[in-house]
Amino acid sequence: MKKERVVGLEGSFAVAEAVRMANADVIAAYPITPQTHIVERLSEMVADGDLDAEFICVESEHTAMSACVGASAAGGRVFTCTAGQGLELMHEVLYIPSSMRLPVVEVIANRALSAPLTVWCDHSDMMAVRDIGWIQMLAENNQQAFDLTLCAYRIAEDSEVLFPVMVHIDGFYLSHVIEDMNLPEDEEVAGFIPEYEHPFTLDPDKPVSMGCYGPPFIYPETKKAQEVAFENTISKIIETWKAFGDRFGRHYAPVEKYRMEDAKIALLTMGSCSETAMLAIDELRAKGEDVGLIRLRLWRPFPFKELREAVKDVEVLVVLDRCISFGMGGPVCSEVKSALYGLQKRPYVVGFIAGLGGRDILIEGFEYMIRSALEKVKAIERGEEIEMEMIGIRDGEGE
Amino acid sequence: MEKEEELFVPRLVTTEEIFAPGHRACIGCGEALAVRHVCKALGKNVIIVTATGCIEIISSLLPQTSWQVPWIHTLFENSASVMSGIESAYKARVRKGKIPDKGVKFVGFAGDGGTSDIGIQALSGAMERAHDFLYVCYDNEAYMNTGIQRSSSTPYSAWTTTAPVGKKSIGQATWKKNMPEIAVAHRIPYVATACPSYPFDLMDKVKRGAEIEGPAYVHILSPCPTGWRYPPNLTIEIGRLAVETGVFPLYEVIDGEYRLSFDFPELKPVREYMKEQRRFRHLTEDIVEKIQARVEEEYLKLREKAGVK
Repeated sequence: MKKERVVGLEGSFAVAEAVRMANADVIAAYPITPQTHIVERLSEMVADGDLDAEFICVESEHTAMSACVGASAAGGRVFTCTAGQGLELMHEVLYIPSSMRLPVVEVIANRALSAPLTVWCDHSDMMAVRDIGWIQMLAENNQQAFDLTLCAYRIAEDSEVLFPVMVHIDGFYLSHVIEDMNLPEDEEVAGFIPEYEHPFTLDPDKPVSMGCYGPPFIYPETKKAQEVAFENTISKIIETWKAFGDRFGRHYAPVEKYRMEDAKIALLTMGSCSETAMLAIDELRAKGEDVGLIRLRLWRPFPFKELREAVKDVEVLVVLDRCISFGMGGPVCSEVKSALYGLQKRPYVVGFIAGLGGRDILIEGFEYMIRSALEKVKAIERGEEIEMEMIGIRDGEGE
Repeated sequence: MEKEEELFVPRLVTTEEIFAPGHRACIGCGEALAVRHVCKALGKNVIIVTATGCIEIISSLLPQTSWQVPWIHTLFENSASVMSGIESAYKARVRKGKIPDKGVKFVGFAGDGGTSDIGIQALSGAMERAHDFLYVCYDNEAYMNTGIQRSSSTPYSAWTTTAPVGKKSIGQATWKKNMPEIAVAHRIPYVATACPSYPFDLMDKVKRGAEIEGPAYVHILSPCPTGWRYPPNLTIEIGRLAVETGVFPLYEVIDGEYRLSFDFPELKPVREYMKEQRRFRHLTEDIVEKIQARVEEEYLKLREKAGVK
């Protein structure tokens, strides 16, 4: 195992350390709460000469992503980070690196969306970008924020991948919280991330045209090629996480399980609240209930195979969404249902929405979801229709 | 001597077509002509970023390209932003010893919409951050690629499809946004106006802009037969008339110092510039007089700035 030291770091600083160790060439970012500590820390590193990079203090997130696209096309290793409204503003540009196969790495400090104005965490921002062709993965704590950001470079820049990667860290829960974590030595990391060499860059010695115009006779073929290449990234993601585990002793997988042995009821979560969910599972297990936890580490490409494998013996699957897709429920729940629909034997899937706009989800909240889900399953078996429930909402009655 | 120089200068221009023929521009396109001149002036040690618009559409239809130099297009409003990233990556990689410094020039292209409307924030940011780049605006005074809709660069009273002429409309109701002055207000080292009817002046300015360290802005009036509604054989003549009437004066601003490239103590009447363009055919004499007065006033101000008595 490689040498590491234990430090207390904020999630934002953990991300900045990973970017420094990856030796990024260009950082283009615009400040937005709760991402600011990442850019502030990186600015200090550049100002002190600890990171030899061009820091472009851009005038908007739209330009942040555009500059990353340009820098990546010119052969640079790039980084940006944003949150909430910032991710929405760069939305148009996000399709470019995924379509032009540019390995941009971005960290999102997940934030809910206006209106009303909020700066606190939920997953509305990341769900609004789920169809853009970026690899999306989630951290649950600061150690993972660091590890996944490092891995993101190796994954994105792999010549068989060449897709942009988004690492999601929950705003405030990780971005502003200091935790103990292991920090590897710089040289260990340098050995883990190879020098970046894109096969086609903007170079006057070898001129290429990038971003051409694609009429109907060729556009669908470009999209098919992109989709095939994107689906194929999943094996490279797993391979990189395995290499990381072998080197640093921390192991990641597209779908991760907690106390799932013989579990008949499973809770499915994403992001920082998964650690609270683990405590809820511990309490229920102590009471003798057959419950376990499934966490989606990888959101795109969607880990169909791994999810189906994880729930094969589960009877009831309880899915948490920190986002509303207005008029249709929770996006995670609907995607999980669609992933399992084709199976002969599949669990009942019951969805809940909670934790919007930074509302904490407590241990009791997870316990309630599991109990309530079992009642809902009984209702389904009676032939009744059930609705997606938002928990912990004050309805104005009796208050 | 002067005569000899006139004979000689064209032979200094490369015969190589860096913006290759076979593209899909309309007959008589002033913009394609300008791009051709700009590319000849820049040479091949360059990286070009183009905004969405006519130029991108006519030059890059998959699987063909007119670009003999490295070229990238991504979106409409962000050519200055993409260029910022390219220039920064180059700087960082040279400094870190990853690539040799070959003195590559970075050039952004956009139309008047991509510059003075949807792309103005990106351009302002790039100029303020003082990237080392040349930005070239091809101004054909409307959204020609989408079908002649008005932009903030459309001249007063011109017909467009979104500023049509009607019982209650004379066409464009506002005066043309002065984009070169906005560039000057950023205190960048080089700003110039040019027109493909004056190709050697245009090429000189492009070379100067590319050579100067820091941001440079060149605004090129690009007559458009399709959108301005004139016969395509008149493109050069209309460009000349725009300059000779004072509608589009040619000048440079080097480190804040104004210099008129051509001065006309006696401007031709604007009517001469407008008469062949059907986008102005609805104009009554009083509107033409109003435009004439405005053009003269603006031209006088410019002469004052340039210190011409």
